[in-house]
Amino acid sequence: MRHCLRIAVGPVQFRIGSDWAEPIAALERLYAGYPQDAARPADATVRLFAARPWRRWLRPSVHIGGDFVVPDALPLPLSMGLLAAEMGMNLQVALGWRRHMLLHASAVAKDGRALIMSGESGSGKSTLAALLGERDWRLMGDEFTLIDPAGGEAFAFPRAVSLKNDAIAEVAARVDAARLGPLLAATPKGDIRHLIPRPEAIAAMHEPARPALLLFPRFGGEVAAEPMGEGEAFVRLTEASTNYVALGEAGFAALTRLVRETPAFGICYPDSATGIALVEQLWAEAPR
Amino acid sequence: MTDRSYRAAPPEALRIEPLGELTAIFDRRSMQTHLVVAPMPEILSAMGGDRCSAALLAARLAATFDLDGDDDVQSIIAERLGELAAMGLVARA
Repeated sequence: MRHCLRIAVGPVQFRIGSDWAEPIAALERLYAGYPQDAARPADATVRLFAARPWRRWLRPSVHIGGDFVVPDALPLPLSMGLLAAEMGMNLQVALGWRRHMLLHASAVAKDGRALIMSGESGSGKSTLAALLGERDWRLMGDEFTLIDPAGGEAFAFPRAVSLKNDAIAEVAARVDAARLGPLLAATPKGDIRHLIPRPEAIAAMHEPARPALLLFPRFGGEVAAEPMGEGEAFVRLTEASTNYVALGEAGFAALTRLVRETPAFGICYPDSATGIALVEQLWAEAPR
Repeated sequence: MTDRSYRAAPPEALRIEPLGELTAIFDRRSMQTHLVVAPMPEILSAMGGDRCSAALLAARLAATFDLDGDDDVQSIIAERLGELAAMGLVARA
């Protein structure tokens, strides 16, 4: 393709090709601090392409392709090329990765132990992870957490954090503007702005962490923390895993082990400050 | 109603992991995960490798569990056997 970039995020080496310069330039800025080894073979390929040659210029619309595709996915305007690239990267990992069990969950780590937060879109798992990552935690990822089927450790996938809507102002008030990407207004997912993780989080992205606490956050309502049984945590995490079925018995073993060894809570919180305080309290009480 | 007989899947075909109130069962033949609650795991365990009817299982389970003299035990077990068969965890014998 005309424009190309290779980026390593956690264990995944991406090759991203584009018919346009803009999405690659935006990725180069967001991922400037990540390993970029041009010689390493790619694990996942993302292609941003124009369906017809003239659509590179005339009302340019970005189709997302790669090793795996979603049939009938609508293209995005070029102004949202960065979002298309991010969606493409997520899609390739979600559908193609087999070396780890993939959980749709954010994670942060401290002292080699991981706090994993799984929830629907809008649960606040990304925002909580981003805010904790600005404190004394290592951001492991806001979207995917990888679990090693053999050893049970969590591995990071610290892509640029995708801040949405109200979370943008909340995080922007706390970080240097140089760590924020461009505002992508009114995308199909609302307003989006990316946050570059702290350099320490990127430098430590290959370091595993032992899962120590599983949280299932829900934004809104009175503050509450309810212990969750192994069975319910298992069910929720099978739903949150994009490759549980593909991994077969290895996935089953990894998940049963994870829910048996890791205390789990469902939490509700009315605002981020309360959520952070609750998370820190549960972490302090978690067995070591 | 006829008291049908069933045989449980061979032990090497299933990986059974109790998770609190639920039990997760991985069927290596279909690669499917089944989530069940009592008395499903108890029924599978009581069947062993034998050909079992609901009446035989009711007797076996009564020897281990306090079934409260419930007269419906046999019909409940027959229903559960039908459900286990639908999941592929037992088969008509």
